[in-house]
Amino acid sequence: MLLRHTTADVVEREGLTINPVKTCQPVGAMYAALGIHGCLPHSHGSQGCCAYHRSALTRHYKEPVMAGTSSFTEGASVFGGQANLLQAVNNIFTIYDPEIIAVHSTCLSETIGDDLNQILIKAQEDGKVPEGKSVISAPTPSYVGSHITGFSAMVEAMVKYLSINSGKSNGKVNLIPGWVEPCDMRQIKSIAKRMGVENILFPDTSDVLDAPLIGKHQMYPDGGVTKEELVSAGDSIFTIAMGSFASEQAAKLLNKKCNVDYEVLDIPVGIKATDRFIMKLSQTAGVEVPSDFKSERGRLVDVITDQEQYLHGKRVAIFGDPDQLIPLTEFLLDLNMEPVYVVSGTPGKYFEKRIKELFEQYGIDGKVKNGPQADMFLLHQWIKEQGVDLLIGNTYGKYIARDEDLPFLRYGFPIYDRVGHSYFTTLGYEGGLRIVEKILGLFHDRQDRDAPEERFELVM
Amino acid sequence: MGEHTIPAPELIKEEILAKYPTKVARKRKKSMVTNDGNKDKALEIQANVRTVPGIITQRGCTYAGCKGVVLGPTRDIINLTHGPIGCGFYSWLTRRNQTKPAEGSEENFMNYCFSTDMQDQNIVFGGEKKLRKAVQEAYDLFHPKAIGIFSTCPVGLIGDDVHAVAREMTAELGDCNVFGFSCEGYKGVSQSAGHHIANNQLFKHVIGTQDKEPEGKFKVNILGEYNIGGDAFELERIFEKAGLTLVSTFSGNSHYNSFANSHFADLNVVMCHRSINYVAEMMETKYGIPWMKVNFIGAESTAKSLRKIAEYFDDKELIQRVEEVIKEETIQIEETVAKLRPNTEGKTAMLFVGGSRAHHYQELFNELGMKTLAAGYEFGHRDDYEGREIIPDIKVDADSRNIEEIKVEKSDEEFRDYTKSDKLEWSEYGGMMRDMESGSLVIDDISHYETEKLIEAYKPDIFCAGIKEKYVVQKSGVPLKQLHSYDYGGPYAGFVGAINFYKDIERMVTTRVWDLVEAPWEKSTQVEAQYAAG
Repeated sequence: MLLRHTTADVVEREGLTINPVKTCQPVGAMYAALGIHGCLPHSHGSQGCCAYHRSALTRHYKEPVMAGTSSFTEGASVFGGQANLLQAVNNIFTIYDPEIIAVHSTCLSETIGDDLNQILIKAQEDGKVPEGKSVISAPTPSYVGSHITGFSAMVEAMVKYLSINSGKSNGKVNLIPGWVEPCDMRQIKSIAKRMGVENILFPDTSDVLDAPLIGKHQMYPDGGVTKEELVSAGDSIFTIAMGSFASEQAAKLLNKKCNVDYEVLDIPVGIKATDRFIMKLSQTAGVEVPSDFKSERGRLVDVITDQEQYLHGKRVAIFGDPDQLIPLTEFLLDLNMEPVYVVSGTPGKYFEKRIKELFEQYGIDGKVKNGPQADMFLLHQWIKEQGVDLLIGNTYGKYIARDEDLPFLRYGFPIYDRVGHSYFTTLGYEGGLRIVEKILGLFHDRQDRDAPEERFELVM
Repeated sequence: MGEHTIPAPELIKEEILAKYPTKVARKRKKSMVTNDGNKDKALEIQANVRTVPGIITQRGCTYAGCKGVVLGPTRDIINLTHGPIGCGFYSWLTRRNQTKPAEGSEENFMNYCFSTDMQDQNIVFGGEKKLRKAVQEAYDLFHPKAIGIFSTCPVGLIGDDVHAVAREMTAELGDCNVFGFSCEGYKGVSQSAGHHIANNQLFKHVIGTQDKEPEGKFKVNILGEYNIGGDAFELERIFEKAGLTLVSTFSGNSHYNSFANSHFADLNVVMCHRSINYVAEMMETKYGIPWMKVNFIGAESTAKSLRKIAEYFDDKELIQRVEEVIKEETIQIEETVAKLRPNTEGKTAMLFVGGSRAHHYQELFNELGMKTLAAGYEFGHRDDYEGREIIPDIKVDADSRNIEEIKVEKSDEEFRDYTKSDKLEWSEYGGMMRDMESGSLVIDDISHYETEKLIEAYKPDIFCAGIKEKYVVQKSGVPLKQLHSYDYGGPYAGFVGAINFYKDIERMVTTRVWDLVEAPWEKSTQVEAQYAAG
């Protein structure tokens, strides 16, 4: 047994987190920054943070993840990191020549009280930022929030430092996708495009973290939202922010700063959340929904009706990020499955509220927890209590899945041991079909594996 | 590939330095040396100095070296990270430390990640209270023999005294050894500081704390072997076959009691010099146990190291058995090399990794007939490059000075006098540069920019580094072999490991996909010509 010490008795813990369902803010800020074209993320703290974040993102996306660090040693920790950051900005523009540097803080630089904003103004004044280049920054202490709130902070910084209302509408809709895969960002753009909605998607990691191999390393791949687009986001007609945890702050600030109205929707996972997204796009841009969406949606519904017997009543345990778990839970419920245990490490009352509403609406007697000590150890204990038929979550779930002999769907961040997550979307009706296909594949394999010879069947 | 002229290293160096701001260039210059091939005395290289802010570096932090590298592979110590969640999360199972506890009840906490998950109120009001609770809860849930507490950056800044908490909790719990590590990420200039801190605390709190003498005639500890990809399993196999008793491995596939009884060994052999030479030194001072540098990477090195060990014990039977093992294992080595070498002969490699691996793995490339054009360490010190004899000359700077040096004294009761033959090299290590050819480039703490320039200039057939470098290099059309995690392959140590490595490298330098990088319409002007003609 890999997790041989985990037992079913749940004891309240106050000090100890075991097997967390979250990680820290800076990695989210780094991921968001990579979604700007020509941007080099920069970690203001000791080297280890940057190394860990680059490694985590690299292992998940299997792509180059470039980022600088202020390389604090003890001296900088005592006297402040200003000198390090000024030197870093100068070196980065000289050696790596980015369009923009996106700096985020770490628990170290936050604890000693470095003021990123002030240091970067000084960099500007000292002439360390070349003409036409930009530096933006976000506070991301690791002892607040999670990787999701760190992502949110950097997206907010894009608006804070760059977006401007010029008084002239650009006729576009801003789309803030939240922490999703590069393919998911592409999917959101593609849905909007098929609807005929001109849009600015930010951040946009498609073509950055799924770049082609062409025999040459591009420090700044072709993808990413451009600085001009981020500036122009202040002139858009509306903002759709997907996921309240990762996207609402930026939309709110854009509203305050540039007077762009917004609405927070769920990330379009599953049928209903996709329906809401498409309806909203249609309303805000004043466009009709093209007929091929009806066909695409119909194909997904068709597969579900065909295979309903394999899904009905199956108990599911899920862990991951709040913006994804909310619509995913709803989708599983629409599949007549029972997502009975839902855990997210990211704090925030909205999560539990939404999941509980879903439980109530669909008549599920489930357990949900997020925030302190909402970890995989607890989830495993719940699973041991009453058992489930399926586990959904990031790669770390494989230890529970093996011990409990559970079908396991890899979903979320990080996924270190499979490929596909960054290429095949799980958003929209198309992504819904992929989720259903994956789940059915697991159940069908399970049935084949467990069937006695006399009951082993060809057609399913 | 392989058949191109290699540009002069000095020119490449100049080209690289030209891009840097003056101050950076001045500093980096000293860390880039063209090796002169002198076997007696290596050239001086600057190492173990701060990375320049803004430079994209391979390096990590002190915490990573302490918790991740040295203590990480031990299965029955609860490794509790005191800090915000990130540090604990990133060091959770990502270093491929395999371990094999006995079936059933034996403790194994390797798959768990323990953290105090500090929140802002802990930063403001202090985190000791939460830490005490966490230790208690870990004890109540798991009843471990030992709990190690690892300090992260903010812990040092706010002044939480992890050592005091550890002492209190050891007294309170009674049967659990709790000890702390001041391994905040900002200490030192790389992971290396963390190794040193880990070694000190292991020595103070664990090594020699039990007195159950292991049975066996030839008792050895392997230091600096972390069981990445099962390397330690292979060495265990060889040791057993040769009749050597492995008391403890620091720290691959290890457990608490093996550390606590490791002072009964008759000999310490050191694999990764950088991460653990401190323990070897301290054990020699306190217990008299002699140590020798070995290398189990490469078939010839493995044979040589086994012979060295046998010679130390100076036992006829052991010497004979070791020869038999070598002979037996060599058959397959020779067969494999004969088969694969035609595909690898003359190809070129570069290694920028770790603090010993960039040296050790050159041995395996040699056995494949491959040439190492350039190499360097991520967190090495000058002695790893130039040999231990220069240790007294190394200037101790501020960053090294803030790492605790513990005073070790001879233990009158436990000290044993060992006979050391003059024929063997004791407590010595010649470093990497002496083993490298004249004209090869040696670069300490290589940066991303330098990596790109090297690849552009040399177009090596294979590049060895870590996960952060992997896809960058591969996007340029050059295969990258990860030598920290082995690309999830291995083992590469010992005899079976050598065979695995030969096969993996041969696969990587002959893989057909590299020929597919260019699309046909980009390859030739033929297509255009046809259309133009049509």
